Amino acid sequence: MTASTRAAAGVSVFVVDDHELFRSGVRSELSRTCRIVGDAGTVEQAVAGIVRADPDVVLLDVHMPAGGGRGVIDGVRAEGSRAQFLALSVSDAAEDVIGIIRAGARGYVTKSISADELVAAVQRVHDGDVVFSPRLAGFVLDAFASEADQPIDPELDLLTARERETLRFIARGYTYKEVASELHISVKTVETHVSAVLRKLQLSNRYELTRWASDRRLV
Amino acid sequence: MCEHAAMAQVSVPRARTTMDGAPRPRLERSRSDRVIGGVASGIGHHLGVEPTTVRVAFVLLSLAFGFGIVVYLLTWLLAPLEAAEPAANPVAQRVFRPTLSQALGAALILVGVVIVLFVSGFWFGEAFAWPVTLGAIGFAILWARSGEDRRGRSAVDVVISGRRSITRVAIGSLLILGAMTIFLANSYSLSTAGPMLLAALVAIGGLGLIGGPWIWSVGRDLIDERSSRIRTEERAEMAAHLHDSVLQTLALIQRAPAPREMASLARTQERELRAWLYGRAPTLAGARLRDAIDSMAGRAERDQQVKVEAIVVGDADLDERARALVAAVGEATLNAGRHSGATEVSVYVEVEDDAISAYVRDHGTGFEPEAVATDRRGIADSIVGRMERHGGTAQVNSRPGAGTEIVMRLPRKPA
Repeated sequence: MTASTRAAAGVSVFVVDDHELFRSGVRSELSRTCRIVGDAGTVEQAVAGIVRADPDVVLLDVHMPAGGGRGVIDGVRAEGSRAQFLALSVSDAAEDVIGIIRAGARGYVTKSISADELVAAVQRVHDGDVVFSPRLAGFVLDAFASEADQPIDPELDLLTARERETLRFIARGYTYKEVASELHISVKTVETHVSAVLRKLQLSNRYELTRWASDRRLV
Repeated sequence: MCEHAAMAQVSVPRARTTMDGAPRPRLERSRSDRVIGGVASGIGHHLGVEPTTVRVAFVLLSLAFGFGIVVYLLTWLLAPLEAAEPAANPVAQRVFRPTLSQALGAALILVGVVIVLFVSGFWFGEAFAWPVTLGAIGFAILWARSGEDRRGRSAVDVVISGRRSITRVAIGSLLILGAMTIFLANSYSLSTAGPMLLAALVAIGGLGLIGGPWIWSVGRDLIDERSSRIRTEERAEMAAHLHDSVLQTLALIQRAPAPREMASLARTQERELRAWLYGRAPTLAGARLRDAIDSMAGRAERDQQVKVEAIVVGDADLDERARALVAAVGEATLNAGRHSGATEVSVYVEVEDDAISAYVRDHGTGFEPEAVATDRRGIADSIVGRMERHGGTAQVNSRPGAGTEIVMRLPRKPA
């Protein structure tokens, strides 16, 4: 995911993180390419601020007191906002990643992501695409690995061969563009595949997914 | 952070729900609303019924061959006392201590009952009354608990674990044994007391031999379970704390335009700390492939000062062949860090039914595999050679300017 593929010019961004220092760091990094319309350190402030500022993309910390990232997503959705969420966290535990995606985030990146990559991810989420980091791809492959248990809804509970292949390339560190050229398909098709996977991730009742989410009491 | 909330919930029991879907409080003896042991109001609270109703039910049940009393005592023993709300209500927190007049009243009622029994001809005789009295006192001592350590624990817990209760158990047991002896001695002539005692001892010994190991292991399990729960909770608390402080700082340092060494150090320490905080408990079977890959990635990050994103799907035992694969992956990672010029190396390992596949990829300068094959001994010996010796394959895909990927594959069963 190189930044050169797209410029995130003019995308309005709202930053939610309970760490002041981290917020200001992200603000200064993004302010060159994006329009920062606000930030917040608590769930309550975040919901009010996002509803007021109506940003395109919300950068959302997974862990926050009183509700966490999920609290923000639920609160904002209840107010009918159309903002997209990109989760940003120092945690790389499977239950965090799966949980926040199931709550409605359109992607997940870790806080060690470079500034350029972060800008590219923001743009991608703004365009309606999803951001699949290698780690998220790994978790999904793990969660959908066992074929043994009976799928209740094969449409949602199983990955197609093509989706699996795409995820494998992403987990191996390939960019969407590189995946497209390896599989002889267009970048748009790659995006269609990962969007389909995200949808399955959010809607499937596979045992592994519900277990991860319920470990964190996210469902 | 939300981990606080999630982890605090570890100790909270899973709430069952009543039929209308509202969460049902768990069965705990009440601290504040109690006539004897707080059992009735506890049950009432649990079922959503007036405590008085429960009390009347207990009295009625007691008329049926004492059934109510038995149920009451069992519930008293098994249900934990509700947790005290700190400083919220000092009166409710106070352990129930009867005042003088209450004690006097209870004693008078008891005397009255005895007199009624005596007069109405139901008196069992001294041979029965004294052992019963002694036994009752012993029982009371055995199960009475000091006020400090009974929070949220059932009586069985306390007697099994409390060190301070040993004296109490000893005295209580002695009293009960004494009561049994008196009863036996009174019921049978002294000449038969010897054989009786012997028979009793044999019976007790036999029961001990049969049930002893089981009781011992149950006690052991309880203690083990408790101490492991305490350890887990301590670790969860520490994880929540460190997550809010150190992990955030380390993430920040990596973002700052700091010297490469400093960022690398922060990354390594973050990885180590994270492995300890969120790590899986070590399995008895020994190390697993996933852990080996993770620690390999940590070493490569430290030595080469590149970021290594290691992703493992599935897991396998770390046998000799898997070790060889890890070593080859490690060599490939070092190569990428040393020669490619890339700042990040992606490692992906997938365990399938028939084989383990590993990919080491960088977006660096790349090279012409044919041209440098001779001087890159690392790739020839440590990667390709090692994989082939263990029945696997390794393939180098690289083009100048397009980065490098080394693909390794190891069949699960030797070919």
